[in-house]
Amino acid sequence: MPEQPVARPDSRETVSLYLVGVVLLVVLPLLNVLTPEDSWLHLSDFRLNQFGKFLCFAILALGLDLIWGYCGVLSMGQGVFFGFGAYCMGMYLALQIGTESVYGSELPDFMVWTQVKELPLFWYPFKSIVGGVLGAILVPVLFATLFGFLAFRSRIKGVYFAIITQALAFAAWLVFNRNETRLGGTNGLTDFKQALGFRLSDPSTQRGLYIITVLALGASYLFCRWIVASRAGKVLIAIRDSESRVTFSGYTPWMYKLFVFVVSAGLAGLAGMLYVPQVGIITPAQIGVLPSLEVVIWVAVGGRGTLIGAVLGAVAVNYGRSVLTNYFPEAWPFILGGLFVVVVTMFPDGLLGMIRKVTARKDTPAPVSNADGRTAA
Amino acid sequence: MIRLAHVPTYVRALALVTCLPIGLTLPSALAADDVAPGPAPVVAPATPIEHALRDITSEDAAVRSAAAALLIEKGDASLLPKLDEIRAEADRATRQALKPVIDLLKNHANLTSAQSDTRRSAAADLVGTGRPEAIAWLEQAAAKESVWWVKYTMEESAQLLQLRADAHTVRMGAVTKLGELRSQNGLSALKELADAGAQSGATDEQRALADAAQASITQIDAWSWWAGALETLFRGISLSSILLMMSLGLAIVFGLMGVINMAHGELMMVGAYATFVTQQAFVGWVSPELFDWYFPVALPVAFLAAAAFGWVLEATVIRFLYGRLLETLLATWGVSLILMQAARVYFGDLTAVIAPQALRGGAQVMVGVYLPYNRIFIILLSIVCVLGIYFLLFRSNLGIRVRSVTQNRNMSACLGIPTRKVDSYTFAFASGLAGVAGWALTMVGNVDPGLGQNYIVDAFMVVVTGGVGKLAGTIWASLGIGGLNKLIEPVSGAVYGKVFILVGVILFLQWRPQGLFAAKGRNADA
Repeated sequence: MPEQPVARPDSRETVSLYLVGVVLLVVLPLLNVLTPEDSWLHLSDFRLNQFGKFLCFAILALGLDLIWGYCGVLSMGQGVFFGFGAYCMGMYLALQIGTESVYGSELPDFMVWTQVKELPLFWYPFKSIVGGVLGAILVPVLFATLFGFLAFRSRIKGVYFAIITQALAFAAWLVFNRNETRLGGTNGLTDFKQALGFRLSDPSTQRGLYIITVLALGASYLFCRWIVASRAGKVLIAIRDSESRVTFSGYTPWMYKLFVFVVSAGLAGLAGMLYVPQVGIITPAQIGVLPSLEVVIWVAVGGRGTLIGAVLGAVAVNYGRSVLTNYFPEAWPFILGGLFVVVVTMFPDGLLGMIRKVTARKDTPAPVSNADGRTAA
Repeated sequence: MIRLAHVPTYVRALALVTCLPIGLTLPSALAADDVAPGPAPVVAPATPIEHALRDITSEDAAVRSAAAALLIEKGDASLLPKLDEIRAEADRATRQALKPVIDLLKNHANLTSAQSDTRRSAAADLVGTGRPEAIAWLEQAAAKESVWWVKYTMEESAQLLQLRADAHTVRMGAVTKLGELRSQNGLSALKELADAGAQSGATDEQRALADAAQASITQIDAWSWWAGALETLFRGISLSSILLMMSLGLAIVFGLMGVINMAHGELMMVGAYATFVTQQAFVGWVSPELFDWYFPVALPVAFLAAAAFGWVLEATVIRFLYGRLLETLLATWGVSLILMQAARVYFGDLTAVIAPQALRGGAQVMVGVYLPYNRIFIILLSIVCVLGIYFLLFRSNLGIRVRSVTQNRNMSACLGIPTRKVDSYTFAFASGLAGVAGWALTMVGNVDPGLGQNYIVDAFMVVVTGGVGKLAGTIWASLGIGGLNKLIEPVSGAVYGKVFILVGVILFLQWRPQGLFAAKGRNADA
């Protein structure tokens, strides 16, 4: 199989990317603040907040695209890392509630009703924002290092890795649902009031969080771009296309895979961390098998191995979901399932692939992305 | 296990039923009283029993209990309707006096019932009455009894009653006998005796009893450890066989065709719903006495329904994705979401299938070990499935073709094997197998849209652990994972059991990255 070019944005795409960045970072918040509420230009607080949520998902999708699109490793456990990040932040926020809680106790409400008298030891680091933020990144990173080390070193790959990570998601979901893990059981952590002294119910706080999210997304994107463009990124793509050849050339594929897996876990943790204060709740339902798989479908819909596609897919699918579940709540699983089937069988390049095909100039052939390592084997 | 709480309710229910007609005639009886007031009956009581029947309603507690004692001693089951009649009209004190009488007489009669279950529960209930009269009845019945488990219960009940006797030697005998019988139900009484002997003011007799009781308790505990171990083993095998039936289809499709079928669990669900629909059809159109036949009829229905779904799935989705494992995984996930939601919309959330008579209940194979028939049935079925697959793959023409296509698709095509047909038949067959698994699963749980999801993760663990494309690997892995699951469960709870299994599988793959039975040579890295 001939070497295939890495799908890169051309200059036009780069320009539109900056435009989108400016719109997200400046125009949307301004539309929210400056326009009067009855104007058609007005963006409501709810919409802005919802958009912030989608952008968190976009960060999560970026991480998956990095490992799946560029390295050919399908991780079906991204939801777990997202959950770790979200729970770490959630623990910080839950401790910030203080005596404003329903029972007026210093402890989070669920501890009062499950008769926990003292704060469990592992909650202590999350009393400060430093603990919350560091934990949200480090816990997924460390866990991914351990898990990835065991998995990649013994050359668990392809479908095997996908299945193992799916089992991980299942197991994590079971564990987080338990009350004795002291993480709120099925109800999760919720009813947050403030962070760093800012009231979370305040629209300006939410606007601030939204801007932080946009910045984080931009930084994550540039970071991924940088990895992909580096020499290591070339090795990643080589591993995707033919792992054994990379091995025979003297590289150690599992180290690269571990690295990219850990990075994607860190991004997922970051996404979770930003998600919680904006949405105001984190429950085990965000962690299980299905949420983890939905990340996969976002990336597939947007277009694998493109990074931009992941962002596009995450926003598009989630926006579509929020619209459709409003009108046809029962139809969403059909649509989601249909998306899986249709995208995989008919549009392997996703939305971005289609856009590129449409806008491609005649003189330069459209970049082809081949995210599937197996055809090369 | 004897369920003591169960039968008094049943007796009460029966009594209630017999009372109903009496209750209906009550107004007329009252009317008669109005006509001829005064307590004097028309006919004077002739026999002692009739006398006692009158005395039992007396105001005087002593008279009541004397009457009750007489009724117990002399009475038989023929009195029961009469007693129920009295009870229906009587006050609280009388009902209390009557209760042991009715219980004893009813259970005494039931000791000779034609149904072994009735005999056994009667024997068990007699302990609850605590009346020494029952000992002789139980011993007589035990001497004539042919079913060992019923006989065992009768002997156990007799000894339990003797434990309450006054004579020291009788109690000593009962204590040792209960130990020999490994009586689980005697355990609490024995512990009481042991505790009583350990107290400071205990008499010599009490101490001797306590020593004997302690010895019996040790005997019983040792036995129940073994019984528990056996039951755990059985539960493990039972779970293993469910996993095995699921993973067989997965392993065939994965190993022989290179397709990850995430919708396998939903094909199983299709089989389960096919069973449910067959049952509903029988309820609607077939006479009730033939109802149990729905289950065997549902077997081909479930197989064909799931196979048809599988065939369509292969023809419309999977055929485009051969050789692209991750893509098959994602696409079939989509299909599984659609199927699940379709079932939820069409059938609602919870439906259940009524097990046929033959699969209800279970076998008491030894003291403390009870094996439900439905579990035994699933174990046997999984064995049949393994044999069936073995013959199909290794002893039939289709099997030869499947294996040759697996090894070299192009060469097989050149030799005239219709590879497309082989693909779709194999897929349909594996799907049908999932349907059969779903058919069997209706015997152990509800039919709900999440049916497949409960097992799919475990089943994939089995396939991964067993290694691709090897029947033996699948069998051993499902035995290992199912057995471990049930072994860990009592210690750590179901949730952490699952987590331990996952950790175990990951560590195992450190040692054997390609599973138990790995493909070797050139195919190994495919």
